[in-house]
Amino acid sequence: MTETNNTQEIIICRDVHKWFDHFHVLKGISLTVQKGEVVVIFGPSGSGKSTFIRCLNRLEEHQKGQIIVDGIELGNDIRNVEKIRQEVGMVFQQFNLFPHLTVIQNITLAPAWVKRVTKAQSHELAMQLLKRVGIPEQADKYPAQLSGGQQQRVAIARALAMQPRIMLFDEPTSALDPEMIKEVLDVMIELAKSGMTIVAVTHEMGFARAVANRMIFFDKGEIVEQGPPAQIFNDPQNDRTKLFLSQILHH
Amino acid sequence: MAAIDTVDMRPPQLAAGPLAWLRKNLFSTWYNILLTFLAVWLLYALLKPAIQWGTTEARWGVIEANLTLFMVGLYPRDQIGRVWLTIFILAALIGLSWGVWKNAARGFALIALSAGAAFAIIALLFRWNVWDEWLLAEAILLITSLVGRYLPRSSLILTFAWFLYFPLIFLLIGGTKYIATLPPVGMGLWGGLLLTLLLTIVGNFGALPLGILLALGRRSKLPIIRYFSIGYIEVIRGVPLVTILYTAAILLPLFLPIDVRPDLVIRAMIGFILFEAAYQAENVRGGLQAIDRGQYEAAHALGLNGAQTTLLIILPQALRAVIPALFNSFISLFKDTSLVAIIGLFDILRISRSILAQTDWLGTHREVFLFAFLIYWLFNLAFTYGSRRMEEALGVGKR
Amino acid sequence: MNIKAFWRDIRVLKILAQAIFVIVLALAAGYLYLNVTANLARQGLTVGYGFMKNPASFGIGESFIPYDPSNTYGRALLVGLVNTLVVSTLGIVLTTIIGVLAGVARLSSNWLINRFAAAYVGLIRNTPLLLQLMFWYFGVIIQLPSVRQAIKLPGPIYLTQRGVYMVWAEGTTTFPAWRVYLILAFLSIFIIWFALRSVGKRASVPLSPWWNLAYLLIPLTIIGLGALLQPELPLKPFIPELVGLNFKGGVRLTPEFAALLFGLVVYTGAFIAEIVRAGIQAVAKGQVEAARSLGLTNGQTLRLIVFPQALRIMVPPITSQYLNLAKNSSLAIAIGYPDLFSIAGTIFNQTGAALEIIMIMMLSYLSMSLFTSLLMNIYNNRIQLVER
Repeated sequence: MTETNNTQEIIICRDVHKWFDHFHVLKGISLTVQKGEVVVIFGPSGSGKSTFIRCLNRLEEHQKGQIIVDGIELGNDIRNVEKIRQEVGMVFQQFNLFPHLTVIQNITLAPAWVKRVTKAQSHELAMQLLKRVGIPEQADKYPAQLSGGQQQRVAIARALAMQPRIMLFDEPTSALDPEMIKEVLDVMIELAKSGMTIVAVTHEMGFARAVANRMIFFDKGEIVEQGPPAQIFNDPQNDRTKLFLSQILHH
Repeated sequence: MAAIDTVDMRPPQLAAGPLAWLRKNLFSTWYNILLTFLAVWLLYALLKPAIQWGTTEARWGVIEANLTLFMVGLYPRDQIGRVWLTIFILAALIGLSWGVWKNAARGFALIALSAGAAFAIIALLFRWNVWDEWLLAEAILLITSLVGRYLPRSSLILTFAWFLYFPLIFLLIGGTKYIATLPPVGMGLWGGLLLTLLLTIVGNFGALPLGILLALGRRSKLPIIRYFSIGYIEVIRGVPLVTILYTAAILLPLFLPIDVRPDLVIRAMIGFILFEAAYQAENVRGGLQAIDRGQYEAAHALGLNGAQTTLLIILPQALRAVIPALFNSFISLFKDTSLVAIIGLFDILRISRSILAQTDWLGTHREVFLFAFLIYWLFNLAFTYGSRRMEEALGVGKR
Repeated sequence: MNIKAFWRDIRVLKILAQAIFVIVLALAAGYLYLNVTANLARQGLTVGYGFMKNPASFGIGESFIPYDPSNTYGRALLVGLVNTLVVSTLGIVLTTIIGVLAGVARLSSNWLINRFAAAYVGLIRNTPLLLQLMFWYFGVIIQLPSVRQAIKLPGPIYLTQRGVYMVWAEGTTTFPAWRVYLILAFLSIFIIWFALRSVGKRASVPLSPWWNLAYLLIPLTIIGLGALLQPELPLKPFIPELVGLNFKGGVRLTPEFAALLFGLVVYTGAFIAEIVRAGIQAVAKGQVEAARSLGLTNGQTLRLIVFPQALRIMVPPITSQYLNLAKNSSLAIAIGYPDLFSIAGTIFNQTGAALEIIMIMMLSYLSMSLFTSLLMNIYNNRIQLVER
C-alpha cells in the first residue's frame, strides 16, 4: 500500500506500539522524516530508541500502528520487507562485520547476491566507497586485523554499497575507544552533508550540533520532545529533557 | 660503584637439576613417597611378566602370516594393486591440497604423513615387504605438496577432484564389469583396515550434510520442523549404535522395494550415517549457538534472505568453530566401526576372531588382540595429532 | 488483501513450509509402509505381538529372576532387561569410583602417578570398547586357571575360568526380624537431612562439615544395634569352598558378567577421568588464588570453592558417560552375556519378528536413556549458578 501525501516524506510512523511479552517498549510513536533530513534520536538506555530504529527495517516487528518507509508499508509481506531492506542501510554498535570474509568481500557480498550486480561493478563500487571512508588500503585484510574505528568505517561502506536512500545508525560510536570516535563521526558528517537521509541513535552531541536538522528525545518508550538542535540545547521545553541533557553534557 | 657481586650465580644444588626434579615430582611429601614406591612396584609387577612373555613365549608369527588379512580382509591378492593405486591417488590429493590450501589442509596432511610412517614401521617390524610402497606414498605426498604451492589459491578443480575421489574409490576397489582391467570385487570380500577406513570416511562425510540440516532444523522457529529434528536426534542418541546397525542390517531390506537388496556393507554405511548425523547435529548446533546475533541482524539489514544468510554467513563461521569436534567424531567413529563385527562384516576385529580360529595359531589371543590394539591406537594417535595441528592452524590467522 | 500479497505474507509462508514438510514426511512414510507390507506378504509373515506369549524354548546362561525355557518370550525379554539393568547400575557405581580416582591421579603432583593415569586414559580411550571386551574375555578371563588351581585373593575371592567366586553374606534365621532395622536406618537418613537443614538455617555460624558424618554413623549404629540385639547375628559370611570339582557357597560372577563389568568400568572410567580432570582444571586459577588469599586452607578451598564449581561443569558430560555405559552394555552379545540385545537377537532368529523385536529393544533403551537424563537434569538444575 502506498500512501504519501508529500513525496518528500520518506519515513512515516503513525502511533507505533511494540511489546516485548508484557513489557510495553514503544508507546505510540508518531513521527515523519523528510528526504535528506538528518534526525538524531537520544535518550536514556532502555527508552526504546534502538528498538524503534530496528522497527524501521523490520529487524523488530511492531504490533500496532503503521510504519511506511519510502512509500512501502512494513507488515507481514516479505516482498515489501525485502524491498525496504535494500533501500535502508544500517550501521550497528558492534560493527557486525563478517569475520570470515575480507573487507572488500564484506562490502561486495550483498550487492552481488541481492542486487545481482556483476563482480567487476561491485568491486569498483567497493573501492570507491573504501576511498570515501578513508581506508582503501585495507581492502584485502580481515576485520580482526583492523582497529575498531576502521571496522566501523568498513561497516558504513558495506551499508552504502547497497546504495540505500536512508541510513540508520544505532549508537555507532559507543563501542569505540575515544581516539577513534572522530574518524567515524567525520564519515557520518560527510554523509549527512551529501544529502543522505539519516536517522541516528547516538550520544555524540557534537555530531548533532554539526549536522542534525532535528533532534528527538526518547524516554520510556515515548517521544518527549523534538526540535532543531539550537532549540534542544539552548531552550529545552520539557523537564525530563533538561535533566537528561544536564547529565550527558557534563563534560 | 656497584657493590653487587656480578659473579654468575647458580641455583643451589637441590633447586635444579635431576635430583631436584626427583625430589619435586616423586618425593615431595610423605604420601607422595609412599605413592611413588607403590607405583614403582606396580610397574615392575606388571611390566616384568609382560616383557618376559612378549619376548619369549609370544608367537608373533601369527601377525606376520596374516598381515594382509588384517589390512584388506579377503580382497583378492592379485588385485591389491588397485588398493595401492587408491592410496597413491589419496596421497597425491592430500599433497596438492596441502600445497594449495596450506594451513587449512595441514592437519590432514600431517595425519596422512604420520599414518604412512606408522605403516612403514609396522611393515618393517613384521617383515611385511610393502614398506617400500608406503615410502613411495609418503614421497608422492611430499612431492605433490611442493607442486601444489605453485598452483593458484582458489583451485576449483582441486575441490572437484576431491568430490570425484569418493566415487572413484568405489570404482577402483569395487570394480565394474564394464572395464576389463577392473574386474568386480564383491563388497563381501572387503575387509580389515580397508573396510574400517571406508566405513569411517563414508559414515563421517555422509553424515555431515544430514547433521547440518538437523542442526538448522533444531534451531528453526517453525515448530513442526524443530520437533521433528529434536525427536530424531534424541531417539538416535538414546539407543546403542549396535541396535541401529542391527536395524539397518535386518530392517532396511524390509523398507525397500522388493528385490532391492543392498549389500551388507552399504546397509552398515547407511546405519553409520543415520547414527553419526545425530551426533554431528549436536556439534554443529554448538557452533551455531556461538554465533553472535549481530551477524544475523547485519545480514538481514543488508537484504540477504534466510537461505543466503545461512549459507554465506552463518554456516562458514559455525563449521569453522566445530572442526575440532568434528575431528573427535571422526576418531570415535573409527573405533565404533568395530561393531560391524556383530552384524557379520569382516573388519579388523572380526578378522582377529577368524585368525584365532585358524588351527595353526590356536591360543594366540593376546598377540592378535594386542596387534589390533596397536593398529587402532596408532591411527588414533595420528588423527589426534593431526586434529591438534589443525586447531592450531585455524587459530592462527584468526579470521 | 489481494491474492499476491497473500502468498508473500510471512505468516502464511511459515505455515506453508511446515505443511509441505509434513506432506513430504507423510508421503515418505506411506511409501515405506507399502514396501513393508509387500515384503512381509512375500515372506508370509504378519506383524503382531502375539508371539510374545509363546514358549521361548531356549535356555539363558544367567538371570537374576527365575527363568526356564518353558517361560514365554516375554519373560525371556524381561530377563534380558533385568540383566542389562544390573550390569549397568553396578557399572555406573564402579566406574564413577575408578574415574574419579584416575581423574584425581591425573592431577597429582607425583610424576609417576600422573603418568600412570595418563597412560591408562590414553590407552583405553583410543581403542574400541568391543576390542577391549574381547581382550578381557578371550584373552584374560578364559585364560584363568581351572577351578582346582584358582587364583586366591584376600576375601576370599577366587579367580577361575569358570568365573569369579566371592565371599558374600547369607541370611540367618534372625534376618527377617533384622530387616526392620534396615528400613529404620534408611528412614533415619531423611530425618537427619531434615534436622541438619533446620539447625543449619537457624545457626549463626555455618555447621562444620563433620556433622555430615551423621549420615553414615547414625544409620550404621541403628543397623549395628539391631544386629546385636538379635539372639543370633542376622548375617553370616557365605564362603565359597572347593567341594569336588566346584565351589559351593559364596556368590559367583560368571566369566561373561565379570568380563563385561570389568570392561565397561575400565573403559568408561577413562572418559570420566578426563572429565574430572578437565572440570577441576576449568575452575579458574583465580578462584584458588582468591580463596587462598582470603585465608582458606587447601582443604577448605577444595571443598568450598573448587569442588562445587567443578561439579557443575562435570555433571552433564558425566551423565552422557553413564548413558554410554548403559548403551554399551549391548555389546554383551559379543561375549555371550545374555543382555537385552542378545536375547532380542535370539528371539528374532527364532521368530523372524524383526519389526516388533526392534521396537521393543529401542523403546527399552530409550526409556533407560530418558530416565537417566531426567534424573541428571533435575540434579543439574538444582546446582546451577544463578545468572543475571
